[in-house]
Formats: sequence, structure tokens, C-alpha cells
Amino acid sequence: MATLDSKTPKGPLKDKWTSYKNKIDLVNPANKRNIDVIVVGTGLAGGSAAATLAELGYNVKAFAYQDSPRRAHSIAAQGGINAAKNYQGDGDSSYRLFYDTVKGGDYRSREANVHRLAEVSANIIDQCVAQGVPFARDYGGMLDNRSFGGVLVSRTFYAKGQTGQQLLLGAYSAMNRQIARGKIEMFNRHEMLDVVKVDGKARGIIARNLITGEIERHSAHAVVIATGGYGNVYFLSTNAMGSNATAAWKIHKKGAHFANPCYTQIHPTCIPRSGDYQSKLTLMSESLRNDGRIWVPKNMEDVMAIREGRKSPTELTEEERDYYLERRYPAFGNLVPRDVASRAAKERCDAGYGVNKTGEAVYLDFKSAIARYGNEQAKLKGINNPSEDKVYELGQAIIEEKYGNLFQMYNKIVDEDPYKTPMMIYPATHYTMGGVWVDYNLMTTVEGLYCIGEANFSDHGANRLGASALMQGLADGYFVLPYTIGHYLSKDIRTGKIPTDTKEFDEAEKEVTERINFFVNNNGSKSVDYFHKKLGKIMWEKVGMARNEKGLKEAMAEIKAVREDFWKEVKVPGTADEMNPELEKAGRVADFLELGELFAKDALNRNESCGGHFREESVELDGLQKGEAKRDDVNYAYVAAWEYKGEPADAVLHKEQLEFNDIELKQRSYK
Amino acid sequence: MNLTLKIWRQKDANDKGQMVDYNVTDISEHMSFLEMMDVLNEQLINTGDEPVAFDHDCREGICGMCSMYINGEAHGPDRNVTTCQLHMRMFKDGDTITIEPFRATAFPVIKDLVVDRTSFERIQQAGGFISVNTSGNTQDGNAIPIPKKDADDAMDAATCIGCGACVASCKNSSAMLFVGAKVSQYALLPQGRVEATERVQNMVAQMDLEGFGNCTNTGACEIECPKGISLENIARMNTEFMKASLKG
Repeated sequence: MATLDSKTPKGPLKDKWTSYKNKIDLVNPANKRNIDVIVVGTGLAGGSAAATLAELGYNVKAFAYQDSPRRAHSIAAQGGINAAKNYQGDGDSSYRLFYDTVKGGDYRSREANVHRLAEVSANIIDQCVAQGVPFARDYGGMLDNRSFGGVLVSRTFYAKGQTGQQLLLGAYSAMNRQIARGKIEMFNRHEMLDVVKVDGKARGIIARNLITGEIERHSAHAVVIATGGYGNVYFLSTNAMGSNATAAWKIHKKGAHFANPCYTQIHPTCIPRSGDYQSKLTLMSESLRNDGRIWVPKNMEDVMAIREGRKSPTELTEEERDYYLERRYPAFGNLVPRDVASRAAKERCDAGYGVNKTGEAVYLDFKSAIARYGNEQAKLKGINNPSEDKVYELGQAIIEEKYGNLFQMYNKIVDEDPYKTPMMIYPATHYTMGGVWVDYNLMTTVEGLYCIGEANFSDHGANRLGASALMQGLADGYFVLPYTIGHYLSKDIRTGKIPTDTKEFDEAEKEVTERINFFVNNNGSKSVDYFHKKLGKIMWEKVGMARNEKGLKEAMAEIKAVREDFWKEVKVPGTADEMNPELEKAGRVADFLELGELFAKDALNRNESCGGHFREESVELDGLQKGEAKRDDVNYAYVAAWEYKGEPADAVLHKEQLEFNDIELKQRSYK
Repeated sequence: MNLTLKIWRQKDANDKGQMVDYNVTDISEHMSFLEMMDVLNEQLINTGDEPVAFDHDCREGICGMCSMYINGEAHGPDRNVTTCQLHMRMFKDGDTITIEPFRATAFPVIKDLVVDRTSFERIQQAGGFISVNTSGNTQDGNAIPIPKKDADDAMDAATCIGCGACVASCKNSSAMLFVGAKVSQYALLPQGRVEATERVQNMVAQMDLEGFGNCTNTGACEIECPKGISLENIARMNTEFMKASLKG
């Protein structure tokens, strides 16, 4: 076991990024024209990085598996983006954003990275406004804010319930400007299938054209991976159908360490599953917890009556409801962080209080908010003694303005009107805090190979706060990577074009082609989805919201068995030289079947509860915090970075010890 | 429920293509339309046939990838939804459902139900942006107050997901709603005004070059748009275009 060097600059925390930028080497504009950079993935991180690098003058090649960069799954983020602007004058600052993020991440993130993120957060909003992102504004024409979980200020900027979409379209527009100028060469419907290393440095990729099936070689002086998280290892998640870990896993197999895979966010407010045919889960934005109150019935008789359709939730009086988050966490109430809210929902449902047929659902109720807004509006409009119906009508209009598209989405999926009956929600896999290990420069353990956005591990520790994913993606792409990669590339100005007719490219291409040929010729008896669903079930049951030693050991063995069966029995119809969605899926699931086992191994190694990782062996036994997660700072205040050694079970652990100089490690209390 | 599906099958761009009949059984009303397609594909794989290729990704109505023409309507019979949000409760037992790709000269078929929409990309590249570099030194986001109404209208225009339902629904295969939405978003914001003249001219020129037809104010696009983008945006684009022409 070796210790990893994060290359964090010396000096006081608040000066690190500024002095780093002052001292790094730069590349002059004429030389930038001779340097190529490959960016894989075009969501918020990849899209913003590609655009900015091209603006600076580098030749960028960008790759997306969709038919346009605008369709990357960043587009599905709903609620908002955090920034320490303190427009509300409620005491916000970049230090407070930094503090909230480290605390929210349960003290498992790298202090210097998080501080840098908080520092550049305000720039992101200014940049996006300049690009024409239509953020919500108040009647004075100023930018509006709302609150998210785990914080006590309003620092979240939003564009209706489509913030991710608008920010991505902003980055996409910046890309389009560079594509038009020829500074970005865009490869849509292409999938990266391996990285190519020359003399230990990342110098290119092997990609498959998803329309023709052609295998292509692309070279560059540096490679940036921005391909998102690995939530689809659970089969069911809020990720897009195509979201995958292949690029991240391939670079792991070529020497990039994979950090903290067990840190996965299970989001508390998703629409519950309805049947075995289900292909994905849909998120209901955390912003709804600003106005929605979460509850289950207090009495078991009411639970049964509701499940059997004899009673409607609206018939229950206030006294008959258990607003369990408000009861357990009076300080933060319905706005506790995601991991806490998810576990609390699971606790109630495990105790038998779930309100739908499967017993896996709780209510998210807007009745109080509608009444509150209705009365406020009646007063504003000068209506004295308004009728209950009038108050409801006025209140509903406000809720509709704030969350209209989410209510419509719920209505279309569940076929119930959430303005009239409370929404039913249940936790689902949403985001992965773990990912490829990177140093302060966002470089992996392979030289010249960078990893940004959700795909890396660095900023969110063991739990990500709401509205911080968009912030990190854009911070990495617009404001961090363009500096750090320049420092590296300044040594490459004399290298010249990287040739692709070398043995390194030959070998990488051969490996890729062999694997594809195996799939289309295997002619097994079971579809790719059959294996993916099996893997997902193991992950959810044994490596899900609560984990224990016995279950994790079983999970490792079971995943290995599924993987062996997959390589014998997988069936992929069609050929390699055509558009073949089943072939694409086969490659992705093959990688998930390895990643899943490492995930369980990491969860087994971390015998503490922190953030989204909850070990049943590690809970507080008495006092005010009884039953809450118990962190172990003495033994586990480190990043677990795994080195690939063949089988996932053989991966070797490297530790990056986390040091907290500016923040005192405390138990995370939201009571 | 049990259904008969008539689906367009086309091996690749050069193939002529044809409608093929399939049967699916035990479809739940709670399934989404694409989950029904998953059931069909699983069935085809198990019987040794090639599954139907179709575009899809987020499955929550925002990425704009899914693009089926169902029973003569883009994204099927429901309103304000994409195909992935269409649920089987809109159909009944014994129905025959016709499924085709989005059809337009500027959207050639790649395979089965998958079409090539890169013509939209080229229109965006012609002017769908504000020329500002990433510097970290842009002025403060609150430096220019924007009236709430303008910000809200710009947002409504910007919700376009670029799926192409407007083109598929239009008898002229016009892309005016798509282009109008982008032109409007920027035209309504002070940051976008600076380049308004060149933008509308360049985007319209590219639209014509791609082979999209003209608008004859039928309004099918507005009805079929999954995001409810209003025809007002076409009117606003025409105004902008007129102003730009006068400026020369």
C-alpha cells in the first residue's frame, strides 16, 4: 500500500488557488494551436471544458454517445445550482459554502478542492447569465434564489425545474460557437472504448462510431474523461438509459485508481417503482422539500386502510400523521441532507408504514404550503375572509409557478393529481460521489489523463448536497481544468502531432475489436438486460441503503458468479459493423459487472458509517444521536483509491489521508 | 392488454424499408410506451430476431432523444409529453399501433426508428449562441436587471428540447418553431440583443439550406410540441428577421 500525493499547493487554504494560478506555467497562443485535447463526454463538465479549451486556442476533439451534446444527462438536473453570491444577505460567503459542503460530505472530501469550488462558484452564475441562461428573476429583475437540503441559507439559483437543461444549453451554445469556428471537432454517436497510453502518458483513445460500427483511432496530447457517474450499476436509477461507466472503468484498467466507489447517493424523493418491467426511476427535485412536508400515518390501521384503498391520505387529520423528519430533526426538518432523509424513509417503511402496495413509499404533501401561499396572496390582492376554495386556488397557482413541470411529470407517470392527493415518493440511486481518483490538478494516476465532473471523486466526500453537482461540473470545466491542464501541456509544445500508426494504438484497437467480436459471435441464451437486472438486484439488496459485512461478502461472490455466467451465456444479436444498441449495452454491462464487485469490496473495507455509506455495524448506541450513523475518524479519515490488478477482488488499496486544517471534525448533527 | 404493432423496419440509410407487424401480450397500463418497446425487443432477442432500433436516453422527457411517430402523431396521442412519458393507459386492449420514424427530408433515417437530426446542430452552430468567452471576469449576474416577464418568456422559449416533433408534424417539414424558440430566447434578453441581427439572418439561412420547408401558420407544431412551445416564437422570429432585413 502506497500513500497518494494529492499535490495540493502549500500555504493558507484561502490563498492556495490564487497563488497556484499565479505560479503555473502557461502556453503561448501560437503554441496552443499545435496542441490537441480529447474530451470524452459533453455534459456540464465535458461541454464547458471543451468550449473553454477551444476558446483558449487548443484543438479539441469532443465525443458523445448521443446524437448531440445537448442530450447529455446533466440536462435532467432539475432544482438548481449553488453559488456563494449572498444576494439574499442571509449570511452566505464562499467560506460558508465550503464549510457546508465539507460537513454535508461527512468530512470525507479534500478540503483544498472544496474551497476552490466554493471560490469559483460565484463566477459560474455571472458566466451563465452572460451566455443567456434564463435564470428565474424576481419582480425587480434580480436573480432569485431558493433553499436546498443541509444548509441554512438561500444560495440556489434556478431556471424553473429545468436548471440542468438551461445550464447545459449554455455550455452547448459555447461549444457550438467553437464547432462553427473549427476549434472543436464534434464526434456525436461515438463511444470511447479504451484509452491509449504511450510512454506512460495518455495520448489518445479508441472509439466506435455507433452508426457504422467503425473502430477509430484518435490521438491527442491529453485526454479528459467527463463521462458522469456509475449509478446504473443498480440497473434502476435516475440516470439515463445510456449512462455508463465504461470510459471510467477502461481508464481504471489502464492505471487510473478508482476512489471510494461505495459512496453513492440514494436520493430521497423519487417516484416509487410500479412493476418488474420498470426501466428507470424518475426523480422529483429536492427543491420540492422547500414546500412539501414528508409523512406517513401514525397508526398501522390507517396504513392498511390506505394500502387497501379504503381510505385516502387526505382524510387523515394532522394528529394522525407522523411528520417523521420534523419529529426527528427539528432544526433542519424536511430539509435534512439527502442521505439522512433517505435512511429515515427506509426506517419508516421497514417498520411497516409504507403507503403503497409494495410498502415502499411515503407521502410528500403540499397542503400546508398551498394554504400558506393562498392566504398570503389573498392578503396581497386585498381579499378579505377568502373562502377555503379561493385560498386553495390562489395557493395552487404559486405552487404551479414554482414546480409546475414536476407536478405535470408526476401526474403523467402515476396518473394522480398531486395538487389534490399528496405525492408518493421513495429513495432511488441518483448520483455517485465516488469515481476516478484525481489530484488537485484533476489529473488521474495516469499522466496526461484528466477526469472531471461526476466521473471523478473529489469534491462531495461521502454525500453530495443538493444543487452542487451542477456547480462542480461547471467549475471543473469552465474554471479549473483550463488552468491545470495548461500547466501540464506547457511541457508538450515541442512534441508535435501524436501519430496513430504505432504499436500502442494497434494493441488497444486489437483488444477492443476482439471483445466486440466475442459479443456478436457468442450466441448465448440470455439477453444483456437479464444480467443487468440480476446485478442491479444484488446491488440494491446487499449494497444499497444499509450494508453489513455478511451481505457485502455475499454480494461480492454473487456478482462474480453473474459475471462468469455473463461471459458464457450473453446473447448479442446483429453484427459489429452496423448500429447495434444491444452490442453497446453488452460492453457497458460487462464493465458494471466488474465495477459492482469493487464497489462491494470498498463498502466492506470501510467499516464505518459516513454520508451515503451506512454500515449497520456502525451506529450511535445512546444519547441524543441514538440510531444515527457513526463515523470513525480515527481509522477511516482517508480516501480509498483502488489499483486494478486483474480481478476486482484483487484490487490493491492506496490511501490518501485527509487533513482538515480549517475545519474541526464534528459529528454531523441536523437535530 | 394485447396489442398489434406495425413498425417501420429499415436496415440502414440505403435500405428501402417497410412496415412489419408484431404482437405483444400482457402489457400493463402503467408501462411507458418505451417500456412496451423494451418488452417487444426482449421478445425479439429471445426468438433470434433483431430488435427494433429506436433513440431514447433520459426517459423523463427532457433529453429530446426519443422520436417516434405513433398513430400519425409525433410522440403519440397524449399532449405535452415525449414518447418516453407516453403511458400505455392511453391505449386499449386489441389496439393496432402504427410506429414510424420522424419523417422529413432534413431528418434521413439511420436505422428503423432512428433518424439523423444533425441538421438541427448546424442551425445552432450558425448562430445559436452569445459570443462571450469564459473568463471569470464577466460582469455581475445582477448588473443588468431583466424584467421578470422577459426572463420568464425567454425561459419558456428555451425549454425547447430539440426533438424535432415540430418538423415531423408539419406538412411542410418546417423547422420554424425550433429556430424561432432559440432566436426568441436570445432576442428577449439584453445579453442576446447585441448579436440579434446576425443571429436571425444566419440561423434562417442555414435552416433554408438544410432543406426545411416554410411556415404556413397551420399550428400543428405547437399542438404536438412536447414542451408546449408557442407559435408566438415564430412571430417573434419573423419580426426579428424583418428588422434585420431593414438594417441590412
